[in-house]
Amino acid sequence: MNANPPDPAELGRRLAARDRTAAPAALNVIEQTGERHAADVAALLAEVAPEKLGGDAPGMIVGVTGPPGAGKSTLLSELVAKWRERGKSVAVLAIDPSSKRSGGSLLGDRARIRVEPGDTDVLIRSTATATRLGGLAPATREAALAMAAAFDVVIVETVGVGQSETDIAELADSVVVIVQPASGDVLQFIKSGVMEIPDLLVVTKSDLGAPATRAARELMGTVKTLGSHTPVLLVSSLPPSTGVDELIDTVESHHASLDLPASRAEARRAAALDAFVHEHGERGLRAVGGRRAAQRLLAEPSPTPGLPRLVELLQDAAGY
Amino acid sequence: MRTYSGHSNAKKSNELYRTNLAKGQTGLSIAFDLPTQTGYDADHELARGEVGKVGVSVAHKGDMHTLLDGIPLGEMNTSMTINATAMWLLSLYIATGDENGVDQAELSGTTQNDILKEYLSRGTYNNVPKWNPINICSYHLQEAGATPVQEIAYAMSNAIAVLDAVRDRGEVPEDEFHKVFGRISFFVNAGIRFIEEHAKLRAMGRIWDELGRDRYGVTDEKMRRFRYGVQVNSLGLTESQPENNLQRIVLEALAVTIGRDARARALQLPAWNEALGLPRPWDQQWALRIQQVLAFETDLLDYPDIFEGSKVMDGLVDELVQGAKAEMAVVEEHGGAVNAVPYMKAALVESNSRRLGRIESGEQIVVGQNKFASTEESPLTADAEGGIMTIDPEVERELIDEVRKWRSERDQAAVDEALAALADAARDDSINLMPLSIAAAKAGATTGEWSATLRDVFGEYRAPTGIGDAAVTVDDVVLAGLRERVEQVSDQLGRRIKILIGKPGLDGHSNGSEQISVRARDCGMDVVYDGIRLTPAQIANSAVQEGVHVVGLSILSGSHMELIPNVIEALREAGVDVPVVCGGIIPEADAPKLIEAGVARVYTPKDFELNRIMGDIIDLVAAKAGATAVA
Repeated sequence: MNANPPDPAELGRRLAARDRTAAPAALNVIEQTGERHAADVAALLAEVAPEKLGGDAPGMIVGVTGPPGAGKSTLLSELVAKWRERGKSVAVLAIDPSSKRSGGSLLGDRARIRVEPGDTDVLIRSTATATRLGGLAPATREAALAMAAAFDVVIVETVGVGQSETDIAELADSVVVIVQPASGDVLQFIKSGVMEIPDLLVVTKSDLGAPATRAARELMGTVKTLGSHTPVLLVSSLPPSTGVDELIDTVESHHASLDLPASRAEARRAAALDAFVHEHGERGLRAVGGRRAAQRLLAEPSPTPGLPRLVELLQDAAGY
Repeated sequence: MRTYSGHSNAKKSNELYRTNLAKGQTGLSIAFDLPTQTGYDADHELARGEVGKVGVSVAHKGDMHTLLDGIPLGEMNTSMTINATAMWLLSLYIATGDENGVDQAELSGTTQNDILKEYLSRGTYNNVPKWNPINICSYHLQEAGATPVQEIAYAMSNAIAVLDAVRDRGEVPEDEFHKVFGRISFFVNAGIRFIEEHAKLRAMGRIWDELGRDRYGVTDEKMRRFRYGVQVNSLGLTESQPENNLQRIVLEALAVTIGRDARARALQLPAWNEALGLPRPWDQQWALRIQQVLAFETDLLDYPDIFEGSKVMDGLVDELVQGAKAEMAVVEEHGGAVNAVPYMKAALVESNSRRLGRIESGEQIVVGQNKFASTEESPLTADAEGGIMTIDPEVERELIDEVRKWRSERDQAAVDEALAALADAARDDSINLMPLSIAAAKAGATTGEWSATLRDVFGEYRAPTGIGDAAVTVDDVVLAGLRERVEQVSDQLGRRIKILIGKPGLDGHSNGSEQISVRARDCGMDVVYDGIRLTPAQIANSAVQEGVHVVGLSILSGSHMELIPNVIEALREAGVDVPVVCGGIIPEADAPKLIEAGVARVYTPKDFELNRIMGDIIDLVAAKAGATAVA
């Protein structure tokens, strides 16, 4: 937008040096689609790849997902505030669906999260899913991995229940699914196996009293029956909130128990495949020998390299 | 009979009230300025440009004493159009009454109030029995675009939510519950389709009576009477040929007075020039005279209910009652009014968007706007100010000095103690905050301090915008051309056109910005809706973080000349070099000044063609992108 757009590699280097003021401009580059911009995007991402950083980007990537109206934005606002109180820098990638008819979108989460305008340690970025299924926007994976180089916590917020968690599960280190009391969706999805059990289940609106406690009890029962140890937490995010500190503690301890390199490698492989398919379509995928073959190809190098290198692998195999 | 009035400081408003009372007004309807309404003192950053603008600034009991000086409180029926700070202003009112020797039991009036449960269940109804603490306000529902059915249904659903909450808390003894029910009053809107509007009020009366009897077991018929005050519609008032607003207002006033069985208890009429800016005392006098002509010259009040036995009216009412009950059932399915806020909000945005679409296409005629638009020069708006009142910017500076002086001269220890006690009480669900607020008022605390104390404890709730769920309401064919342009320009940019929409300043009228947001989405843009009450720094921060290509600002409080240049400056400081457009109640004369300050396009209320605005926005972004590409 400026007369002289900033150099993409320089933006990447600034992120790698944890200069968070570079984040908005970096996202402007990463979110660009189309062949004309591919080189810029790759140049930026190369600077925050594990090869350059000497390991995985240190920030926690936390997925927060749930049905519309479950209280996600209010909870998010509280999460940001509490993490800031703990001295952590936080980036929020808030993703909302695009209209199928117009291609446009209304991104209203920003209005519900109060941040201090002078605080460069909080970034809220709203994006739309465009034509994608699965709840993520075209560049969310790349954006989240890049932000994790500069921010302590990267929250990826998506709307949906049922299918959208798969994508976010691949991307995020920890996935929190929000459940609204008195709506049986999540419970039914888990019971029927449509939905994998997330790392954490949160029942919101505990200020409602009995319905919330009942919902939490039912979820706990189901989770246990299925042999999982996923914690079920009750929060009320309406100020003064309750349970949010406990939620943060639980997320942090889940994160600490993770095999981060493995989780991030999975995220990068999924991102590379996704970016490749987005650019070259199913045709490109066939040129590699199909989805399975592509996945095998991506799993070969050890350790798993950064995104740009992974995409190159696929392009080479396809002969592009 | 009253007019909604107040401006600048307490002294000037007091003069105005005394004049109005001398002219035959029988009650007070106090208009507070936006900082007072939202709980900020004159010297707060958010108050900049808004002090003394749309009403009077009342920061402490000293102001309240001045405001009410020489007015017999015990004889007044006072209406305060206020939500968030209702409890505080009522406290100042009571403290002032107390210090003037007027018993609390003598005070009567209404506060429009949203902190519902707090208020009702903590026994206010016993202390100031003649005060209606809750006013279920459906006025803003219609201003937000509600159809009559929606207005009835949502107002009733809100009332149910309040009453259920009070009942379930169990603090009001069962045999006193009818008192709570009976103290609920409504504040409704009346639109230009005045026959249907009258039927709407009859329908509300019928449903309210049934609710009282069946849901809450109120046996006393008098307690089940539907009581309401009215401010007639300002949504339908136009900026073009504004003199036509007068006949609109008269017809809307008829809607709420014509049949005795559903007649308003209190009526206030807007001034003909509300869509242009702030009315002058003369404009308000004209509004009062309409009521006086209706009441004293016509035979309006001479007959029993003139619609009794009318098949047409009864049929209309039946239809509305049925429709409203069906819609209330939908709200109930969403878990009641509190949980259904996003649903209701989206439905309203949709209705309004449909309404605007009909006006845009000419299907709904607005005389002087989309039809019969040619006009002679109006002598009413020919003066230098354009027929509205302008507030001397000096007023704000004086009020800032005054509130600072007040703070420096009072007994600080007493104030600190009173506010600490208030904070402690706020943390405890079982304590009535009213006496502590009155004590703080007497100690000399300010509006901003009282609000800040409660904000600290309760936090700030950011309401759902609801616009995300609003459906497309404009024909795809009409939008096809704009969509194609958006795709082209987005392709050139590498990202979809992204626009930031926000409201600087304190006014909460978000309809305009919501409609622009919805239409921009329908044209294919990514729209970041930043909400209301934003400081220039917040808007600039959002523009940077979101990486938008264009910024749209909406402002209706009349503070655009102060606030818009501030926003432009903040954007520049933040390094955001994108076009800025703004719209709202902006007098024609101010447009060139805003353009000079750096705004790319200014839209006034007469710009009702949203698609034309969208076309402009796309062109601006394209021009910017082209310039960048060349550079």
